[in-house]
Amino acid sequence: MLKADLTEMLCKHPFVGDLHDPYLKLLVGCAKNVHFHDGDYLCHEGEAADLFFLIRSGRVAVEIHAGHKGKQRIQTIGPGEVLGWSWLIFPYRWHFDGCAVSEVSALALDGKCLRTKCDKDHDFGYEMLKRLANVFQSRMEATRLQLLDVYGSR
Amino acid sequence: MFIIQQKDFDSLISALKTRSYLVIGPTVRDNAVVYDEINAASDLPIGWTDEQDNSQYRLKRTTNGSFFGTSVGPYSWKRFLFPPRLKILSITKRGKALEIESDEPGERRRQYAFLGVRPCELSAIALQDKVFMDAQFSDRAYTVRRNGAFVVAVNCTRSGGTCFCTSMGTGPDAKEGYDIVLTEIVEKDQHYFVAEVGSAKGTDVMNDVPRTKASAAEIQLARKLVETARENMKKTMNAKGLRELLSENAESTHWDEVSRRCLMCANCTLVCPTCFCSTIEDTTDLSGEHAERWRRWDSCFTMDFAKVTGGNFRPSTRARYRQWITHKLSSWIDQFGTSGCVGCGRCITWCPVGIDITAEVQALRNNGVRAEA
Amino acid sequence: MKQTALAGIDGLIDPMVPQMMSIKKTVWETDDTFTLQLENAAYAEPDFSFLPGQFNMLYVFGMGESAISISSDPAKPTTLAHTIHRVGTVTNALSQMKRGEIIGLRGPFGSRWPIEKANGLDVCIVAGGIGLAPLRPVLYSLFRRRRDYGRVLLLYGARSPLDLLYRVELEEWSKLYDVEVLVTVDRSDSTWKGYIGVVPNLLSYIKLDARATIAMVCGPEIMMQYTIAEILRRGVPSDQIYLSMERNMKCAVGFCGHCQYGPKFICKDGPVFALTQISDLFEKKEI
Repeated sequence: MLKADLTEMLCKHPFVGDLHDPYLKLLVGCAKNVHFHDGDYLCHEGEAADLFFLIRSGRVAVEIHAGHKGKQRIQTIGPGEVLGWSWLIFPYRWHFDGCAVSEVSALALDGKCLRTKCDKDHDFGYEMLKRLANVFQSRMEATRLQLLDVYGSR
Repeated sequence: MFIIQQKDFDSLISALKTRSYLVIGPTVRDNAVVYDEINAASDLPIGWTDEQDNSQYRLKRTTNGSFFGTSVGPYSWKRFLFPPRLKILSITKRGKALEIESDEPGERRRQYAFLGVRPCELSAIALQDKVFMDAQFSDRAYTVRRNGAFVVAVNCTRSGGTCFCTSMGTGPDAKEGYDIVLTEIVEKDQHYFVAEVGSAKGTDVMNDVPRTKASAAEIQLARKLVETARENMKKTMNAKGLRELLSENAESTHWDEVSRRCLMCANCTLVCPTCFCSTIEDTTDLSGEHAERWRRWDSCFTMDFAKVTGGNFRPSTRARYRQWITHKLSSWIDQFGTSGCVGCGRCITWCPVGIDITAEVQALRNNGVRAEA
Repeated sequence: MKQTALAGIDGLIDPMVPQMMSIKKTVWETDDTFTLQLENAAYAEPDFSFLPGQFNMLYVFGMGESAISISSDPAKPTTLAHTIHRVGTVTNALSQMKRGEIIGLRGPFGSRWPIEKANGLDVCIVAGGIGLAPLRPVLYSLFRRRRDYGRVLLLYGARSPLDLLYRVELEEWSKLYDVEVLVTVDRSDSTWKGYIGVVPNLLSYIKLDARATIAMVCGPEIMMQYTIAEILRRGVPSDQIYLSMERNMKCAVGFCGHCQYGPKFICKDGPVFALTQISDLFEKKEI
């Protein structure tokens, strides 16, 4: 894939936003265009979180094994959203299974490599954390609303 | 304008009864002045006055023999126009079918003659007219009772202990809405009523009452007594900009303060002459073939008022007190064009902990967003 | 608005008197929500007309009334229907009634969705749970004159896949009427392939021509708050956003005082409001 195409795809994704060179070039260097089929797993709980994904199209379900309840899908991550932040947070392991529930196009980013770069260049680290903070916040708000169980009759 | 002597007052009552009116007026019962059927002047609270204050009501004897020496008591005329309990539907089940009767028994009733309606109460009746008649739908029960009612108003020549009609522009003298208005004058050895007619119905009744023409001096005296009441009004409410004051201070800490005092007893809404909230209750008999729907007074202070299945929109005391006072002084203006408060002071008198609407408004002004009064 | 009350002896219309309707059919949408189809008990001809967004008071003999939005096609009076969530005594009784049984109906009451304001615009309909029921008449009306509108989007969410209403129609609408339908659920097992998450989140998956969009929102109040916040953030003008509110309803004609929301009576000033009419109330707690 041409670097120019990757750059364009990255810039279109809300996570990247207004990131400029040289940081944008850093990301491009660590990015790969990937594709998953319905039913493919992007990650498994417990595995090393060396990658994270910027979803471009399709849906990935966050699955958690809930004992006797079996596999519970608690959220889907869709176009324009981010799957995975554990690449930057110790112990750098996935906390859930991510299963594609449709055809999925995404940009896979080498989190391990980016993590090292964050440690070395704190300004870059700040740019990454700022973006992840946004992801945490909107995920938290959505989760709160889900918790309220607004459709329940009690 | 006419003069009716005290000795001829019974003729006024008779004139109403011969026209088949059911005369309702003030009378003493259970240590208070309530409204009930009046057969003769002797049923009125003759020789009584009242002392009212925050959470206080006492009747006291006077020696001047006045007929209307008390100010408003716990009853208001809404008790008759908007009855506390009213059957609105009877339904009978016959097989699958449901048959409905919507006539109240005794619907073709005698009409009321209200004797002794204070000016603030005239305003209160006019406010409820707007709620029940001047709307997309008319409330039939109210309309039927209201259209036939005869109103004998009585101007106030003294301020009650919790009155603030002057602040609300509703008294102490009656401006409109009456068929006859009286001002009672008791002095030295004279006891008479200056009477004015306000409608054709009033003229008709007046024709059967012995009367003389009022002199300029007598008219002047009547006006002076009303002015005295105006000047000695016991309470005031700073009513300027209340619509905004209340709607803009929904989050004021003042509501927390009131909620520590308010018992949610709903007394204020029961005695208030303009409060109109009601609820519908369904009943059946044991056979299961006959059901009724009843309308009953309700109050926004009750726990269930804002309940829906699965929750309650207004569970806290704080929010319910705020709702009552905001509706009364602010939302009412958006809904009906004027304030819902007529300054009668009943809510102040009958609140068991003496919460004073005039003081609450002042406290909100001091606490709230709007600094200037 | 059609007046369905009976005249009393003195000629005054009494809005508390119901007309008699008989149960035509009960269709279960989920395990606790059903659609009641009604027909006029007195004559075979349907004469019930209403506007999208309006509601009726349905009376069960001896038990009481429930305020239910009308969820059928306004252009087809023979199909008068209400989708009802079975939560209390009256709705439970309604759910168990058989074909031919008689109930009372008062209505239609309330304000309507301003469909004519959508002419030439994109229409974004956002529904949560039973909130899709009062919006379904809007969709039927839009389909009748589909070319008068731009894009039609339906964003809909329910608690779980089993709680979704009108599943068959949802599919039909997207195919037959060029409606972009996005469905989400709050929770699911592993059989659901759609979105899982809250309704406001669906807005991040669509592009909007914000200034040329009219939004109509209905669902639990907190869901509407979050959704409208997101719609505003996307740039839809506040005077192009409409919502349907709910409160305790007793008389439905503005006399009993129960349904007051600030100075508004939900039964006659609402239930449908423009956001601009109630934006200051929306932010306050326990109004």
